[in-house]
Amino acid sequence: MTHTPLTQPLSRPAPDHGASAFLDVRNLSVKFPTDDGLVSAVNGMDFTLERGQTLGIVGESGSGKSVTSQALMGLLKGTSAQVTGRAMFQGKDLVTLPESAMRQLRGRNIGMIFQDPLSALHPFYTVGHQIAEAYLVHNKASKKQARTAAVDMLGRVGIPSPEQRFDEYPHHFSGGMRQRAMIAMALICEPELLIADEPTTALDVTVQAQILDLMSELQEETNSALILITHDLGVVAEVCDDVLVMYGGQCVESGPVDEIFYDTRHPYTLGLLNSMPTLNGSASQLNPIPGQPPSLLDLPQGCIFSARCQYAELVGDGVCAKQRPELTVDDGHGKRCHLSGPQIITIRNSR
Amino acid sequence: MVLLLAAVSFITFTLFQLGPSDPAAAACGQECTPERVAEARVALGMDQPFFVQYIDYMRGLFSPRMIGAPGAQTLCEWPCLGKSFQTNESVADIIARSLPYTFSMAIGALILWTITGVGLGLLAALRKGSPVDKFIVGAASVGVSLPIPVTGLFLLLLFVNQLHLLPFTTNEINSPFGPQGPGAWVANYLLPWIALAVLFSASYIRVTRTNMIETFGEDFIRTARAKGLAPRTVTFKHGVRAGITPVVTMLGMDIGLLLGGAVLTEQIFSVPGLGFTAVHAAISGDLPVTMAITMLAAFFVIVANVVVDLAYAAIDPRVRLQ
Repeated sequence: MTHTPLTQPLSRPAPDHGASAFLDVRNLSVKFPTDDGLVSAVNGMDFTLERGQTLGIVGESGSGKSVTSQALMGLLKGTSAQVTGRAMFQGKDLVTLPESAMRQLRGRNIGMIFQDPLSALHPFYTVGHQIAEAYLVHNKASKKQARTAAVDMLGRVGIPSPEQRFDEYPHHFSGGMRQRAMIAMALICEPELLIADEPTTALDVTVQAQILDLMSELQEETNSALILITHDLGVVAEVCDDVLVMYGGQCVESGPVDEIFYDTRHPYTLGLLNSMPTLNGSASQLNPIPGQPPSLLDLPQGCIFSARCQYAELVGDGVCAKQRPELTVDDGHGKRCHLSGPQIITIRNSR
Repeated sequence: MVLLLAAVSFITFTLFQLGPSDPAAAACGQECTPERVAEARVALGMDQPFFVQYIDYMRGLFSPRMIGAPGAQTLCEWPCLGKSFQTNESVADIIARSLPYTFSMAIGALILWTITGVGLGLLAALRKGSPVDKFIVGAASVGVSLPIPVTGLFLLLLFVNQLHLLPFTTNEINSPFGPQGPGAWVANYLLPWIALAVLFSASYIRVTRTNMIETFGEDFIRTARAKGLAPRTVTFKHGVRAGITPVVTMLGMDIGLLLGGAVLTEQIFSVPGLGFTAVHAAISGDLPVTMAITMLAAFFVIVANVVVDLAYAAIDPRVRLQ
């Protein structure tokens, strides 16, 4: 894992940040009514993002990462999902914006890359057609101009002989090529904000690195903001400026990437870091976090992580099980935990 | 395809040979003596061994042949399907006479049920869980459980006998290009169309609804929305094209079946199409007519299959041959 020192100033995911941020998300919550009750997929997310920055949202399956991104994209509009809170983007609140106005932003100002490019691309249309289609929605252009733009974009994402590849179908492409095509589709209108939902999960490791490099490169070219949703901490370390760790629909820790890795302040994040297999460790020895994530139907009254937390007794009085901790922010580094700073440091040093 | 047709013809032919009816006895009429039955048997070619009869029959499909007892043979012109045991009329003529009725009935019913079935199914899928959806699904359940005799007789009673809105079905109209014009054609066949459409569109509603709901949940639909496409483009260009393939299969099969004659509907509305003719031929043991209609029905089903495969290739590039 390589880690490059950051040269640009960071946008801190701090709650007191001004509303002038490029993307300012406040108290974003998403609930799904089901037959069994209300599922709280996302509970009060706060973060900000500036252009040129990359925010990594990390968490295990069901932690609310993808739902957060879909809420920002407005893809939950018209469904039974209840989205509340605020998400200011270019002076517009993405939460309350009507679908027709949201549609104008989608693809043009906010692009999205999905996890599995094979199922995310339409099987019946050529790759080129699908990219040109994305261009035509937001640009007054002829089909010929759209084709030229799409071929150009295919070339920029590193697809060889794009002119021929334009007329091929997704099933003719390899996994990596498909994800490149997906990126081309998301970037053809040069959106200022790009949301990538596990863009490398379905790809093999060598291709993963290429795709990440490509995304970073294109981000630099267009100075766009990137939200990278992943469960892969290696990916986070490689490309993100800031990290937001999600658990049970809440942000449990947030801050600049090197602080998250080297000054970890939440037991869950520690568990995640600890569960990563290392090259020099024994191959058979994995360190998973014991237990299961909480049911989003019936969240515990206290700290959401308390049931799995090894250190809950350090706090004493069963506080962790009774009282939900607030997100406390200290110099741009937020944590949602009852453990005191010195306690965390002791824990960190003991392992 | 040719092999399949040959197999179907062989099986049909065998079944009739094994059947209990004796066409020769039937053909020789009331005052029958064993000698006259034997004569009739020769005249019908039924004195020949089974395989000779079969091969003679099949030859007629490709070239004209002579038919009848030696010395009293008549020319059966191509395509020779034999002559009716009952009326001695050329079977090809009988079929040519019946087909327009069957076509008239099939085409209108087909258009009607495709539009209502796919349209309502799509509407139900788009409004999944709403009262509209529940109503459509409920109506489909009722429709599919109504047999043709019930809907058919009810329609006749209501629109013809009571309201006098439509004329009773007549045999004089079998084409929209006839002297009475397309209006009369539609009026004549409207009730059978509706009766068939009620039955068929019910299953089309259900298949369309199920498949469209599944398709609308696909990742590529989310991608289409994420591109900022208009809802209509997402629904039709991205959704319907992907979710419609099972309906195309059903449609192909149903067209094939319906062209072979809608027996019940033709009976109820007294439309002398293939189904009507086939039933009468089968009852009276008229082998050549029954045989020919069975083969034709099989032919339609097989052709429909090929058309479905071609339609698949047109819709889904993944099934295209390289």
